Amino acid sequence: MMNGTMNGFLLSILIWLPILGAVVVVGAGEHRPSMAKGLALLISSVTFLLGLPLFFSFDTSTAAMQFVELRPWIETFNIQYYLGVDGFSAPLILLTLFFGVLVVIAGWRSIEKSVNQYMAAFLVMEGLMIGVFSALDGLLFYVFFEAMLIPMFLVIGIWGGPRRVYATIKFFLYTFLGSVFMLIGLIYLYLQSGTWDILAWHEMPLGFTAQKWLFLGFLAAFAVKIPMFPVHTWLPDAHVEAPTGGSVILAAIMLKIGGYGFIRFSLPITPDASAALDWLVIGLSLIAVVYIGFVALAQQDMKKLIAYSSISHMGFVTLGLFVAFGIYRNTGGVSGAALGVEGAMVQMVSHGFISGALFLTVGVLYDRVHSRMIKDYGGVANTMPWFAIFAVFFLMANSGLPGTSGFVGEFMVILSAFQANFWFAFLAALTLILGAAYSLWLAKRVIFGAVVNHEVENLQDINAREALVLGVLAVAILFVGLWPQPLVDMMQASVDHLLQHIIQSKVL
Amino acid sequence: MNSAQMLLAAPEAWVLIMACVIMIVDLFLREERRGIIHMLAMMTVIFAAIITMRADYLVDGVQAVTAFKGSFIRDPMGDVLKVFSFVIMGLIFTYSKYYLRNFNMFRADFFTLSLFALLGVMLLISANSMLMIYLGLELISLSVYALVAFDRESGRGSEAAMKYFVLGSMASGMLLYGMSMIYGATGSLLLPDIAEAIRTQGTDDILLVFGLVFVVVGIAFKFGVVPFHMWIPDVYEGAPPAVTLFISSVPKLAAFAMAYRFLSSGLGDLHVHWQGMLASLAVLSIILGNLAAIMQTNIKRMLAYSTISHMGFVMLGLLPGTAFGFGASMYYVIVYGLMSVAAFGMVILLSTRGVEAENLEDFKGLNQRNPFYAAIMGLVMFSMAGVPPMVGFFAKLMVLKAVIEAGMMWLAIVAVVLAVIGAFYYLRVIKYMYFDEAEDETTITAPVDFGAALTLNGLMILGLGIFSSSLIAICMTSFGL
Repeated sequence: MMNGTMNGFLLSILIWLPILGAVVVVGAGEHRPSMAKGLALLISSVTFLLGLPLFFSFDTSTAAMQFVELRPWIETFNIQYYLGVDGFSAPLILLTLFFGVLVVIAGWRSIEKSVNQYMAAFLVMEGLMIGVFSALDGLLFYVFFEAMLIPMFLVIGIWGGPRRVYATIKFFLYTFLGSVFMLIGLIYLYLQSGTWDILAWHEMPLGFTAQKWLFLGFLAAFAVKIPMFPVHTWLPDAHVEAPTGGSVILAAIMLKIGGYGFIRFSLPITPDASAALDWLVIGLSLIAVVYIGFVALAQQDMKKLIAYSSISHMGFVTLGLFVAFGIYRNTGGVSGAALGVEGAMVQMVSHGFISGALFLTVGVLYDRVHSRMIKDYGGVANTMPWFAIFAVFFLMANSGLPGTSGFVGEFMVILSAFQANFWFAFLAALTLILGAAYSLWLAKRVIFGAVVNHEVENLQDINAREALVLGVLAVAILFVGLWPQPLVDMMQASVDHLLQHIIQSKVL
Repeated sequence: MNSAQMLLAAPEAWVLIMACVIMIVDLFLREERRGIIHMLAMMTVIFAAIITMRADYLVDGVQAVTAFKGSFIRDPMGDVLKVFSFVIMGLIFTYSKYYLRNFNMFRADFFTLSLFALLGVMLLISANSMLMIYLGLELISLSVYALVAFDRESGRGSEAAMKYFVLGSMASGMLLYGMSMIYGATGSLLLPDIAEAIRTQGTDDILLVFGLVFVVVGIAFKFGVVPFHMWIPDVYEGAPPAVTLFISSVPKLAAFAMAYRFLSSGLGDLHVHWQGMLASLAVLSIILGNLAAIMQTNIKRMLAYSTISHMGFVMLGLLPGTAFGFGASMYYVIVYGLMSVAAFGMVILLSTRGVEAENLEDFKGLNQRNPFYAAIMGLVMFSMAGVPPMVGFFAKLMVLKAVIEAGMMWLAIVAVVLAVIGAFYYLRVIKYMYFDEAEDETTITAPVDFGAALTLNGLMILGLGIFSSSLIAICMTSFGL
């Protein structure tokens, strides 16, 4: 422990500093964009630095909550302001902090309209997302989970593309509809237990029927968020219309909240229902991996292609989480299942880096040519050699090249899936072919070949700012790909704890 | 009658006196000094709030005190509702001053009539006998009929007033009819005596149940829930926004008190009968309110249908008949009042000299014209849609909890699904403000007091959400929780 007293407030600081900072940034006014940008960069960087103890003072030997804060919020209902992190949430918070800085830099030049509001929206979003990952009170979680929609709704709607209104309202209503069912589930849990404490809910016995309905309620919320087939259709629309920064946050962090929700709510609160209905989640995950992989192959729009590839990759996360029950049934132990859950977590972090990087890459091209269509490009490597190196590297990582982070997570999940059922692993492994196909074919059509038109001929290569953003991401991807140990160590204890917990029946 | 009992009604007496004073003072005022009237009216509500909050009758664990031979009751619930009525009234006076000046309607009648209506609200909140209920109700109704037609030149205003008058009289008639049956069945006008009589003679009296039906009709009309909602869209649209401000907020607080006193204090034992009635009223309101609001292009009509759906939620809180449910309903109705005045305050803000803002399109590009007010309207809309951390979410949460606790899961599911559908039309307002380009690029400015009131109102909607525990606790302690 570096500093005991400071750690007692650390999570609150990480949540509220960006949100209150956003008020200051808005106050900079419409007419002083550089001041707004400077402030936003300062606030997000400070938040990032303050958040580093989450990594360095994190105690990897325990599954218990750390950096805990607990004070009453709404006493009449026993609702508490209860924050804390474990091995699942800490890496995701670090990811959020990391992208909090990157999106500010990425939006430096490309945003011209109401810069102060744009930067403020991202700061608010950062604070709320950290809140989602650290909330240990059911209602507090829900408040952050829903409140997060507001800034994203505005970001897509104000700074988005031509069909932004349709896309953003669809995004909002889909997510809202999913989460109200979760709300009913949360209220039910409160009425049963008299507390909103998520950890107490983990321990609480529940009948199978109740578990089943709760599981479906949680599924409604998290399946939309992740998103899973067949409720994924908002994602391509939202991604295509969102400005680059919005796409990055959406892909890198928001989708992870769905996966995190499964880990924090569905699996530990309703383990029996999760075991009984694992076929449903696994089936939908495999459809996502295979079918959506084919859909990605057919896309004409670069952002849409990456969006579909995201859905396909997130299928691995849900697969990795839910094969645990099959493994337990087959082997009677959970050691193999740990690999799957860890793989799912690594995949989440890795997909955060890779999809964020890919959307930034597309953003670089879009800023110059103002088109996302694949057919408008070709031979970019001739005019933007540095850019081409990064783009090809990220696409390789996306297709799961060994040595990059994309490989580690997928490989762990596939290995684990083998122990549950050969066909799960076989179908999941198809992604190595499909992913390579759509990623590399995209590279071929956009980056390589002859220069196709005037626009491409006049392209300027990336500047230092863009190189910095893409470079940092490339290093992160390589780091996780070559040395995933620190990341795995961080979550090890929590994963073991979770698995020990979910194999015990909660039915009385 | 001793003076201590008179003192219990001191806030009522104060408002009555001031309403008369304003009426008289106006006769001696020259046109350019009319501002004094507004100041007097503001003073009235501020002092009324102070007098109410003193609440020195609450000694030695006394929970409620009655006066005037038991027909008037002072209790914490009534005090809380009254204080919030005064707060909302203060906001209304501030918003409407700006409107009335812009539209050349700044006359003392507006303030006098509003204060009489407020007096009616206070009497209804404190009513403990059917006579007092009727008195309060009619005092509100008659003042509001006149207020709706306040703009004498407006044909729509007169039409709306006429419609409201005809429908309102019918509802009053039904209520009276129901009251006479209950009086016939129980032999008393006092609500506690009625409750006592029902307890001794049982609930199977057909006369009593018939009376209950008519009483519920009267209450439903006051709330404006389906199928007694017909007047709401027309009145909201036809009345000047300054009056709509009032209609949409303060009387709803009184309607809640009326429903609680009648249904719980008086007819609590008939719970099995009225629960089903309220459930159908609630479901119909939430469905029709939300679906019809989607189709509106006029902001006032949209807000009218949104009121209908919100009142459906208030009904949801009432129907379990539990202390928690009533507390949740009370919380909802107070929160709704605050949101509603903020929304209509924005409508007034956008009404430029002589041209009323009526269409949703008038909100186009508001973010460019004034980002601050756009943000406040954004807060209000998200709050109405029930998105946390705004206070509207907590109101919905309480009501849902009450319903689920009573074992009516299906009602909760219907309510949340329709709340999601309803979110669409609130989002559409945001879309106009933020995503569309302004047609009229002029920046929007407001007088200092108007801006301050709107800011305060917006901050309440956000602040009561983030720091929701105090108001929730106040509402719950009013019902002994």
